[in-house]
Formats: sequence, C-alpha cells, structure tokens
Amino acid sequence: MIYADNAATTKMSREAVAAMLPYFEEYYGNPSSLYAFGQKAKEDLEDARKRIASCLGADPREILFTSGGSEADNQAIMSAAHSGAAKGKKHIISTAMEHHAVLHTLDKLKKQGFEVTLLDVHENGIVTAEEVRNAIREDTCLVTVMYANNEIGTIQPVGEIGAVCRERGVLFHTDAVQAAGHLPIDVKAQNIDMLSLSAHKFHGPKGIGVLYARRGVLLETLISGGAQERGKRAGTENLAAVMGMAKALEIACSNMERNAERMTAMRDRLIEGLDRIPYGELNGDRVHRLPGNVNFCFEGIEGESLLLLLDDKGICASSGSACTSGSLDPSHVLLAIGRPHEVAHGSLRLSIGEDVTEEEIDYMIAAVTDVVTYLRNMSPFWRDLVNGKRRHVFSE
Amino acid sequence: MALYSEKVMDHFRHPRNVGVIEDADGVGEVGNPVCGDIMKIYLKIDGDIVTDVKFETFGCGSAIASSSMATEMIKGKPVSEVLTLTNKAVTEALDGLPAHKLHCSVLAEEAIKKAVKDYYDRNGIPYDPAQFPEEEEEGGACRFR
Ligand SMILES: Cc1ncc(COP(=O)(O)O)c(C=O)c1O
Ligand SMILES: [Zn+2]
Repeated sequence: MIYADNAATTKMSREAVAAMLPYFEEYYGNPSSLYAFGQKAKEDLEDARKRIASCLGADPREILFTSGGSEADNQAIMSAAHSGAAKGKKHIISTAMEHHAVLHTLDKLKKQGFEVTLLDVHENGIVTAEEVRNAIREDTCLVTVMYANNEIGTIQPVGEIGAVCRERGVLFHTDAVQAAGHLPIDVKAQNIDMLSLSAHKFHGPKGIGVLYARRGVLLETLISGGAQERGKRAGTENLAAVMGMAKALEIACSNMERNAERMTAMRDRLIEGLDRIPYGELNGDRVHRLPGNVNFCFEGIEGESLLLLLDDKGICASSGSACTSGSLDPSHVLLAIGRPHEVAHGSLRLSIGEDVTEEEIDYMIAAVTDVVTYLRNMSPFWRDLVNGKRRHVFSE
Repeated sequence: MALYSEKVMDHFRHPRNVGVIEDADGVGEVGNPVCGDIMKIYLKIDGDIVTDVKFETFGCGSAIASSSMATEMIKGKPVSEVLTLTNKAVTEALDGLPAHKLHCSVLAEEAIKKAVKDYYDRNGIPYDPAQFPEEEEEGGACRFR
C-alpha cells in the first residue's frame, strides 16, 4: 500500500510511540496531584511544553495544550473576537480557503454580529500582505490566515502578514496545522500572536494539539472546569499524547530541511508525471507549496470513482469532489481558486510522506494515468468534450 | 465496514454494458457536469423488447454501479416493464447504498425513462407525459440541495 494521504493524517513515528508508552502504565499519575508520583507527571508535562515552545520560538507559558487543531482554531478566534468586541471592534479578516474549523467559527461569529471579510486567494491560492493591509479597518480585531492550505498546499506569506498586523496593532492568528513540522516557524520573528497546530499531521498522535498565544493575548476558556492549562483549558491533561507530540515535533523540526529537500524533489517528479495527462492542471502555486502536496484537477471524471479505483491499486488518496465530501458542492478551496464546479469534481490530492520512494512516485503516475483514461472512456461528459459539444476548461 | 456493499463494488469495478449504441432506438441523458453526475443510456428496441442496452456515466461509485445494475435489470424486458423500474429496486439489487449516496443512483432510473420517451417520440408512439420525469435545465441548480 502507498499511503499518499499525509495531509489527512500521518503514521506515528516509532520514537513518538515509545515516548508515550511509559505514561500509560508507569507514570500514569495525574499532574494535578500533589504527591511525588503526580508531580513527576507534572514535571514531564512541563518539560514537553518547554521543548515544544523551543521548536516554535515561543515561551513555555505561551503554549496551551488542546484536543487538536480544531479546538485551537476555535479558541484563538473566539478569544480574539470577544476581546475585540469589548473594545467595539467587530471586524475580522480571513481568507476563502481556510479550514472549516476556522470558517465555521467565523460563521458563528457572524451570527453574533461580527463582520467578516474573506480575502480572495487568486488563481494561485495565495493572499498578499498588501491585500491584508488594505482590508484592515479601524474596527478590525483579528486577521486569521492559514500558514499552508490542507488541500492545495499553498503557503501564505505569514511573516509579511504578521508584520503588517503588528504595525497596525491587529491580532494575527495562523492555522499552522499543515505547516508545523514541515515549514519553519518562529512566532517572534514572524510576528504571530496566535498559532494552531495538531500533532497527527507530523507523525504524532491524534487528538492533541497546541494553541500558541503570545503573552498579553487574552484567552477565553472554551472548556470550563478545573484549573489545568492556567485556567484556560480544563480537563486532566492527555499526558501520553503530549509526550508523543513533543517527541514528534522535535524530530520533525530537526530533520525539516533535509526532509523538505527530498520531498520537494519527489513532489516535483510526481507533478511532472501527472502534468503529462492531457486536460489536467495542477491546483495551487507550483513553488510556494508544501513539500508533500500534489493536487490536480482532471476534466471529464469524478473524484470518488478515481479514489476507489486508486484504492484498488493500493493507493490511499483524497479528492475535493462533492461526492467524497458528503455535500453537494465540491471543495470550497478549489472553488476559491476559481475552478469551475465541473472541474472541481475531478480533483485528486496526493500528499506524500517523507519516506516515499521514486518507484512509488512512478507507480502513482502510471496508476493515475490509467485510471483517468479508463474513467474518461466511460464518461459522457468526456465524450462531449472530445466531440466539441462542451468546451474544455484546460488546455491539452 | 467499507463504504459500499460487495455488490456495489462488483458493479463499480466491472460495470456491465458500458459503451455506446451507434444506431440506438432511444437515447436518454440526465444530470449535468456542474453537479458532478451525468448518465447516458442507449437502448436498442426490437418489437417492444429491449434487446440491447449500453450506458456511459460520469459520476461516483454509486452512480456507476447503479447504471450498471439498472442496465442489467432492463435487458431483454418489454418496454412497458422497463418503465416500472424504480431507483428503489436498483438500490435493493445492489444490497443497498449509503443514505447520502442514494441521490446519485436516481439518475439511472431517470435516464432509462428518458431513453424510452425518446424511443416513443421517434416512433410516434403515444404516451402519457406524466409518466416521465420533468426536463431539467442545463446550468440549473443541482437537485437535492
Ligand atoms: C489546516 C487544518 N486546520 C485544522 C485541522 C483540524 O485539526 P484536528 O484534526 O487536529 O482537529 C486540519 C486537519 O484536518 C487542517 O488541515
Ligand atoms: Zn455521487
């Protein structure tokens, strides 16, 4: 099997699993307990916090453990919105290609009377700092722009956007769930006020993540209860998961450059191969994209059938077609970069892992080429395109 | 549990009756590319019997499998019987479909009915228009929204 869905989740590394195991049977104490056994758990928790902080250029007191990326996004946005509203600022800037954890939170805020500006992400899937600057108003309380997109892998100029926000005195949050462990993060240098990450995207465990919040940024509590996480997130800490996350992040950060270099070469080989399929096009910028992300649209076919046939060939992939999303619309990200519906239904995302081989890349190219050809041959839509009864969107 | 039943996957992987009948006696196409599903049915009719049937589908696993199953179910049947084919019968023959996938399978029934209507029209055979689903407009909103 070739697992090419690392943007969905990743396999845990051996080291991360090993880092977790002692906390199930050996050091299972509650970090809130005062006896030494509990305090040992507390010490290890704080040590992990310190190690994670140092990977991000943050202070340990700025690291809050959450149940994952979604919770971190929710808490960051709700906090900034409500502290903004207290000062009469109820305008938020974001982009049309954010993850639903961000977009649905913004929808909730709209119902609370907030005004949301979603910036256009253009054909290349990238916003500019200048566009953010132009959208900032007197009453803007938050700019939230993702670091890297989960579907098309495009990387936003986070440092430049951070600088603009800092200059204008507006809080800046970035959903770095796809970036953490894959792209360099330095919250101070990049002027990031809040950042979300999730361990399962960098070979750590699922259900654990981080909300980084710069000292001085007021956080609202989403989960009320005990005094864990400085009163900002109640609930007995998932210590084993935190230990796994810290280990995974350290490994990812120390190998980042080497991994990126190798994966970028593999990614580009895959892009080059799939580019040879006629009437298909890469989605998102070719250069400013995650080292592991490949995303194409192919005319005349539907994504779910493509995925099922690739599954038969041992390839795990994903698509933004309506029929795979369980909704009637194709991916909002593909629509945001201007893909028409009929083309967005035929999308394919292959997100490769660090250990992918050239043989696997070549196998994927051959498999996708075969399956696209096969499905086109039974597609009346494709027949109409070939016969000139409908117009092609892409060139050959 | 897999998304689809073994029966669905069998018809999806090995669809029966894929193709085109150049000299078809009735052709029906429903759906549109914007919605992500198009189904086209070609019928060969000889003395009121469907002697051959072919289909082309642009769509998901559910759409392809139900096209395949539906064509199997009408082959060799009199036209009057073909018109009684329901989406429910196709779904049952496939050992069921996930609830959110049912709408993708409706197209098979509709495309077949449209092909029969085309056959009636071509041959001046009278019929009750209420028997057939309403024409949809190209570029209209996707249904089931
Ligand atoms: C960009 C982005 N944000 C947020 C999330 C949600 O993260 P989690 O699954 O940890 O809640 C994901 C992962 O699906 C993601 O890719
Ligand atoms: Zn479908």
